[in-house]
Order: sequence, then structure tokens, then C-alpha cells
Amino acid sequence: MTEIFGIPIQALMGQLMLGLVNGSFYAMLSLGLAVIFGMLNIINFAHGAMYMAGAFFAWMGLTYWGIGYWWSLILVPLTVGVVGVIIERTMLQWLYQLDHLYGLLLTFGLALMIEGAFRYFYGSSGLPYSIPEELTGAINLGFMFLPKYRAWVVVVSLVVCLATWFVIEKTKLGAYLRAATENPRLTQAFGINVPLMVMLTYGFGVALAGLGGVLAAPAYAVSPLMGSNLIIVVFAVVVIGGMGSIMGSILTGLSLGVIEGLTKVFYAEASNTVVFVVMVIVLMIRPAGLFGKEK
Amino acid sequence: MTMPKIHFGYLGLFVALLFAPFFVYPVLVMKVMCFALFACAFNLLLGYTGLLSFGHAVFLGTGAYVTGHVLKEWGWPTELGLLAGTLSASVLGLLIGALAIRRQGIYFAMVTLALAQMVYFLFVQSTFTGGEDGLQGIPRGTLLGVVDLADDQSLYYLVLAICVGAFWLIHRTIHSPFGQILKAVRENEARVVSLGFDVAKYKLVAFVLSATLAGLAGATKVLVFKFATLTDAHWHASGEVVLMTLLGGMGTAFGPVVGAGVIISLQSELADKVGSLVTVIMGGIFVVCVLAFRRGIVGEASALYQRIAGTKDIH
Repeated sequence: MTEIFGIPIQALMGQLMLGLVNGSFYAMLSLGLAVIFGMLNIINFAHGAMYMAGAFFAWMGLTYWGIGYWWSLILVPLTVGVVGVIIERTMLQWLYQLDHLYGLLLTFGLALMIEGAFRYFYGSSGLPYSIPEELTGAINLGFMFLPKYRAWVVVVSLVVCLATWFVIEKTKLGAYLRAATENPRLTQAFGINVPLMVMLTYGFGVALAGLGGVLAAPAYAVSPLMGSNLIIVVFAVVVIGGMGSIMGSILTGLSLGVIEGLTKVFYAEASNTVVFVVMVIVLMIRPAGLFGKEK
Repeated sequence: MTMPKIHFGYLGLFVALLFAPFFVYPVLVMKVMCFALFACAFNLLLGYTGLLSFGHAVFLGTGAYVTGHVLKEWGWPTELGLLAGTLSASVLGLLIGALAIRRQGIYFAMVTLALAQMVYFLFVQSTFTGGEDGLQGIPRGTLLGVVDLADDQSLYYLVLAICVGAFWLIHRTIHSPFGQILKAVRENEARVVSLGFDVAKYKLVAFVLSATLAGLAGATKVLVFKFATLTDAHWHASGEVVLMTLLGGMGTAFGPVVGAGVIISLQSELADKVGSLVTVIMGGIFVVCVLAFRRGIVGEASALYQRIAGTKDIH
């Protein structure tokens, strides 16, 4: 059998794989947003900008200092995380007592600044970043050719997402984190340094976005606009899934990527909007989101 | 005591605007007025109802596109064109508002942003909007078949009349019983529910009213510039209107006007000099406003005025 519903199985599998790659980025970013929102009560609009900065740091590392992909995979998330910690200490920490909206507005301003600065220095057109040698080429699976790099992206992001889930849900550190999310003052009264945890949570959340950026650099062109285009879709993903559950964010992200990929095969004109359409349907049927709790 | 003073302020500004086209380039003043109207419409939601719509540019864009299309392609008279653009924005506002008010707080902002992005993508793909090229060379037509609007001066007074009328409508809305309930929703939604009001209905009416006026701003803007492009509907424009309102002072009647004036003049001043660094500066203003200046220009000024007036009374 080489066709399903009149679509060649090769094309179908190819788009499915691309959808999974996109879904991996949705999952990583919405996971970061959810973790940050849980601790800081802030929707991090700068998340897309951090993802873009991650891709750019990888590109800059390679172009200016000859730092390869593998080192970038470790160094860039650390750098982005440090930037995040500085942002949290200098700005965000003053907003925790205020309405949630101010956090959104501040991080929106930051996103504009970061995006504008990169656009000023590097222009709007994309910069190429080649796939590392070890991951070029494709594997023949019999029914399709699987590009190695795409498989790598999906595997890495799955591992990172599941590890994050494991740490938060199953370890002692995660228990502190969940306690601090539930009731920060009581947790602090038990002698746990909550402000430190908040700071590290933000750092970790944006580091995830930075890692996403490094993974994305060889898959897409590195461009100042890559973050803002993505973050709005990720917001829709977050609305669909609800931010209550870590596993929920991961599953929603992946499945929406797949849905988007399938739409590209069957009705390409709608592939830009399908995530938003799903959001509309979810809002009508289950306003709190698939995994959300109505507060 | 302070009320007559504020009214004198409005009167002074109105007189200044009447004579402005003799001294300043009228198109720039008209641009400021359109964005002031847009920001006032937005402030009705954010400042008075406590709803942050992060996709308001889509109503500006819809007003602009529909008015532009019916004037250019269908040859409608100018008045009907304005009406068509404004009403289309109302209908879209009803659809988006009905969905968005199903979620509260931060989710409301995300839902409006996502829905606006969806409409933006539809605009990109549609032939109605001219896609990437937009609509160019839209005729201004005449007012009631008498006044030729191709002349900037005549158009100026039409735009002024529209903006003053809309501002008056917003003023009346804010000070009506309906406006009081909106403010109560902003302060404590649960309590308003427990008092027996149907909060969802109030929010929806406020949302549609705000979308309508934003559409009117877009329709008017098309007459001024004679083109409609994707920029009007882009999320950057949604961000700009948030910034104008925040900088001028949310929840103050006059703040958005001041904010629009400052941002538009800043942009037209800086655009040639620093290029894309304008975005960085806008972002910087956002950050400074949120961290140190949350009441905005008008909010801070009136707080200062009250402090001075207050100390005078004591001495």
C-alpha cells in the first residue's frame, strides 16, 4: 500500500514527521511557560525572544568563535538561563505583588527590545546554520526516508520534557517546587528558600526556550522573527491545554504539531490557522482547557 | 471643584485642534487623532473593565480593509464606507468577544492575541485585502456629495468631528450606570456576580463597543492615508495601542490621547534616524512604564496635582 486517502504514504509520513518536529518545539516552549507561570504567576511573553536568542547565540558561537553545535547545545541554554536570572532579579521580582497583566506587559516590552536589537544588527532575512555532520542524511525505514536531524530533535525534546516532568512530579526538589507553587509563604516558613527557587525556575524555563532555539537553528533559518511567530501559536497551545499539568503541556504541544502537519497534507491553506481553530473549538466545549482546572 | 477645570482643558484642546491645520501638517495631526481614538477605545476595555485585549489591531485592520474595499472596488459613498468598516469591526468584535470572555485574566489576553493572529492569517491569504500588497489608492470621495474630501483641510474637520463624537460617546459610557458596573467588574468581578449582574453580558457589550470604535478609527485612518495594509492588523499594532494606553495612563479619560500623541510623534521623529531601533525604544518605554510609571503621564500628573492641591488646603 503506497497511498492513504489518495495521498502518497511518503508525503504523509514526511509531513507527520515535520509536524512532530514542530510539536516538539511547541511542547518545550509551552512546558517552560507553564513552569514559569506556576511559580511566578507571569506569562512570559519574552519566551519566543529567548528561543530566538538561543538560535542566534548558537549561530554567533559558530560564526565568531568556532563553537560547534554540540558545545552550543550545553553552553547556549546556560547563557540564556543566566540572562533569565538577571532579568528575574532586576525586573520581574518587583512585579509579583501586582496584577498578572504587568508581568505580561513587561515581558512583552523585553521581547520587543530583544527582537528589535537582533533585527537591527542582523536584518530580517534568515541566516543559515548547517546540520552537524553526525546528523546529516536520512535513514531508510522501508516505507519512508527519515531525516536524521528531525528524528534527533524529536528524541532530544522528548527526553528533556520527560526529564522535566520526572523532576517536578517525582523528586524531592520537585515536591518543594510544587509546594512553593501551591503556597509560597507556608513553604518559606518551612525553611525553603522560595525566592531562590523562583529565580532558578525562571532561569530554567527560559533555558528550555534557549535549548529549543539551538535545536531549531539547523532545522529552520535563524531569523529575528522566528520567536514572535512561534510564541503566538504556543499561546494558543497553552490555552488549549491549560497550564495546570506538565504532562498536559507536553501532550498538547506534540499533538497540535501533528494536527498541523496533517492539515498541511490534506488542506494546506488552513495549516497556518488550524491550531487557532482547535483553540476556538476547545473554548466552546471546554473553556478551562483540556487539562486545566477552572479557578 | 476640579470638574470645571477639566472641562476647560477639553475646551482649550478643542480650540487648539480647530486651528491646528493652519500651523501643523494636518495629516500628522489626523494620524494622531485616529490612534488616539483607537487607544481610547482600547482603554474602555483595559482601563475601565480590566480586560487586556492583546489583539485589538485586528479591529483597526478590519475597519480599514472593509472601508477601503467598498470605497475602492465597489464605489460606495464615503459615509456608507465608514459605516460598513465600523459595523464589520462590531460583528468581528461580537464573535471574538463571545469566545474570549469565556476565559479570565491572563488567558483572556492570550485568547484575543491568538484569535487576532488567526484573522491576520486570513487577511494575508484573502483576495479581499489584496494580501501582501494591501489596498492602494483608495478614493476619499465627498461628504454628502458636497464637500470634496481630497482636500486635507476639509478631511481634517471630518476626522476631528468623528473623534470628538467618539470621545464624547466614550465619556458618556464611562459615566453612565453601565460604566459604573464595568468599573465594578474591574475592581471585583465576583462581587458584581453576587449582586446579581450578568457579568458576561456587560463584558461582551464593552468588548463590542470597544471593537466598534477601534473599527471606526481604522475606517477613518483609511480616508487619511488612502491605503490599508497588513501593518494595521499585525500584533505589533496591538502592542502599540497597549503601550499608548499604558504610557498615557490606563483608566484615565485623557491618558490614551496623550499616549497616542507621544508615541506617534516619537515614531515619526525617530523613524528616519534610527530605523528598526524604534522597536527597541518602544520596548524600553514598555519596561520603564511597567517598572516605575504604572499610572502613566496623566495618572502621575493628576496625582501630583492632587498632592499639591491637598497640601495647600492644609496650610
